[in-house]
Amino acid sequence: MDTEQWATLSNNMVAAATVIFGLACIAYLIEWSSSRRVTVAAPVAAEAKADAPVEAKASTAGAEVARSGQGSATAVKVAATGGGDDAAQARRDESAERFGRIGLGLTVLAWLCLLVGVVSRGFAAERVPWGNMYEFATAGLLVVTTIFLGLVRFTNARWLGGVVTGFAVCMLGLAFLAYVPAGPLVPALDSYWLFLHVSAAAIAGGAFTIGAAASIFYLVKSRAERETPEEERVGYLWRLPSSTAIDQLAYRVHAFAFPIWTFAALIAGPIWAEHAWGRYWGWDPKEVWAFITWVVYAGYLHARATAGWRGKAAAIIALIGFATFLFDFIGVNLLASGHHTYSGL
Amino acid sequence: MTQTEQQTSRTRDFARTAPPLPPRQFARWFWRQLTSMRTALLLLLLLALGAIPGSFIPQTKVDPAAVIRFGREHQTLTPIFDRLGLFSVYSSPWFSAVYLLLMVSLIGCIVPRSFVYLRALRARPPKAPARFDRLPASTSYETDESPDEVLERAASVLRRRRWRVDVDALAGDAEAESVGVVRAEKGFLREAGNLTFHIAAVVVLVAVAMGSLWGYKGSVIVVEGEGFSNTLTQYDDFSAGGLFNASELTPFSLQLDRFDARFQIDGPQQGQPLKFEAQGSYVPEPGADSQPFDIQVNHPLDVGNSSVFLVGQGYAPVVTVRDGKGDVVFSGPVPFLPEDASYTSTGVIKAPDASPQELGFEGFFLPTAVMDGNIPRSAHPAAANPALALFVYSGDLGLGDGLPQSVFALDKNGLTQLQSADGKPVRLLLQPGQTARLPDGLGSISFDGVRQFARFEIGHSPGKMLALGAAVLGIAGLLASLFIRPRRAWVRTRRRNGRTLVEVARLDRVSGADLGADVDQLTAEFRRSSPQPPTTGPESGKG
Repeated sequence: MDTEQWATLSNNMVAAATVIFGLACIAYLIEWSSSRRVTVAAPVAAEAKADAPVEAKASTAGAEVARSGQGSATAVKVAATGGGDDAAQARRDESAERFGRIGLGLTVLAWLCLLVGVVSRGFAAERVPWGNMYEFATAGLLVVTTIFLGLVRFTNARWLGGVVTGFAVCMLGLAFLAYVPAGPLVPALDSYWLFLHVSAAAIAGGAFTIGAAASIFYLVKSRAERETPEEERVGYLWRLPSSTAIDQLAYRVHAFAFPIWTFAALIAGPIWAEHAWGRYWGWDPKEVWAFITWVVYAGYLHARATAGWRGKAAAIIALIGFATFLFDFIGVNLLASGHHTYSGL
Repeated sequence: MTQTEQQTSRTRDFARTAPPLPPRQFARWFWRQLTSMRTALLLLLLLALGAIPGSFIPQTKVDPAAVIRFGREHQTLTPIFDRLGLFSVYSSPWFSAVYLLLMVSLIGCIVPRSFVYLRALRARPPKAPARFDRLPASTSYETDESPDEVLERAASVLRRRRWRVDVDALAGDAEAESVGVVRAEKGFLREAGNLTFHIAAVVVLVAVAMGSLWGYKGSVIVVEGEGFSNTLTQYDDFSAGGLFNASELTPFSLQLDRFDARFQIDGPQQGQPLKFEAQGSYVPEPGADSQPFDIQVNHPLDVGNSSVFLVGQGYAPVVTVRDGKGDVVFSGPVPFLPEDASYTSTGVIKAPDASPQELGFEGFFLPTAVMDGNIPRSAHPAAANPALALFVYSGDLGLGDGLPQSVFALDKNGLTQLQSADGKPVRLLLQPGQTARLPDGLGSISFDGVRQFARFEIGHSPGKMLALGAAVLGIAGLLASLFIRPRRAWVRTRRRNGRTLVEVARLDRVSGADLGADVDQLTAEFRRSSPQPPTTGPESGKG
């Protein structure tokens, strides 16, 4: 295949991924809405493993149940058999479960398309496929989806699917607005630091995205846990893990992302800037916002260890951090002028 | 309300009603506030907030021309912004105040925590709690082995797994009530990593400060065939830190022989730069041998403690200006600064020695000139069809009055623009080899050819490697502080009915681990190395 054909393949695959992400998002939304009346009697046992052991006193037996339990769906079924209108409940539950599985299947398919799209873009341009705004968006979303699918594989995190795929559709849509054909790089980008600096930024950014999604769920769930009386706890929200478990997941993803972001923004970036521009830090708008993102996430990690800031405030700081990251990627490229004018627009 | 919040509100009430604190106590109170996590957190967020304006408002240190433009466009805002230091946010008093407070808060936090940590390193692992079944994870089993055997083996298993282990001597005289305990602790590197990270942050700030105090940075345009020697007077612009001494400039010189710029010829990204390369020779210090150099973007030249970076390039049309008497009053290349992606470049030519009147030219250089109606513009950055479009001025260039003047602008105060017979300004459009005669017998200008120029940035920032080393160490510390888990475990033996009851428990200070599985694994290992087959299964999952 010549570069032209690779470029065409890449464009088609990214377009296909966008559509499939859209379908996956719809499937997840149907899963949510069809679980509207599902009662959840005792999903707590299944969550024991994910809960913080100190508070939840996870017993080894409980964890065993959780491991074999394959998430909340089984627990719901067990609970449902004890209820009054068992059959209707079970039907509703089965249909919700089916749509959840369809959503996940479509997500895997979209991920494959995006993977082929990103890789073939690399062959088309004969370099790493993250040299401009369009490419960074596609490669970054590939990371987001990869982390999501990894979480689904190793913990039961399918509930993140609706938000993740919805975000993917929006970002791919925006990426098409920033589309530029595959081509070579300007001399300033022609460096192996492009591989290290930008891929680290993409990995960290992907994890920040998942962290932000989890933080949103945490805010919603913890509020519901505070305000919803026991007997009204009906619907999809109550099939999610407890807010403590969601918080734990958000923390882990952020703890994974933060050192990588530190490397991307405060080590690899300055080294490369020194090589290309003759100074390692020059308060260029991109540098400023990368620094702001770093400071806000550092704030998140500290907030989790500060009385009165744990939980809600920390989750909000994480969301602010994600907003600054998005601004660094989109806003700075489009609004500010500076050395980082590589959007290709 | 958490305990801390209650305390704070109590402090607030106290502050409202009580007489002011004596200075020493106030200082202590202030210090405790400053070094608290809450203050550090607020300062961090304040730092992020304070950094924002600098990314929207042009900064003198980043782009001085943009600041001047901004000043022209916003007459009312500019003086206010200027007073608030918004054109140099990152060296403004308020921004400095935030990060200095943050640094003090950081140091005030690191120092006491380091002592606490050092004490903890020497201390014994904590005592076993009275009741293991109150702990998050515990298990127990009975065995025929003696307590001594069990304790010794448990200790060796834990030591092999790199726990810090301490065995309490058997307490109690009567065999029936003798109790033995293994205390174990692990994960000390977490706090070490945490401290390392924060110390590294301080070191990075110090290194950056060193760079701005002792460092220098300047830029210079060098045309093909010309040279540069590293002295202050040769720089086009130069800035240095307060403690920089000009005699410290590395005394090198260089000669630019050839500049190679390549651009994408066709395709959708036509005109995009592909390669910039400056070649020539340099003499590292007076008297040394000349060596060739090849400087590219991302590939600077290091000479002594300075580095030469290629940060820009453009064209320098070679012109010859003759005055009314036919004397050559100017001859040579004149750098024109590129303004856009197709290298439409602007520049001026000054001939102060011309007579009867001094001559000035202002206009565009177009590497690939095409006519857009009546207006010439550049279609491509490569010099495929170069042209020079100039307006002509005569009069007094203002060079004699001793005020410094930019070589890229004409001071038009003493100049009049030449006009043709029909009253329109004279516009010259020249291609290489062409000569234009100026009206009124003022002289002529020839466009002899095109050379390229390179813009080099030359600088030295001491503390660069210190900052890098500290940052790398900081990341290592960060990883340790995020992923190492401080852990505690206890094994207790008791004699019961002639057999030994062994209890195992785990406790973490941070949540997240599967403690139950951990206890099971440890227990299995204690028993696996036991010479006798296990007699009872583990009663796991108490509580």
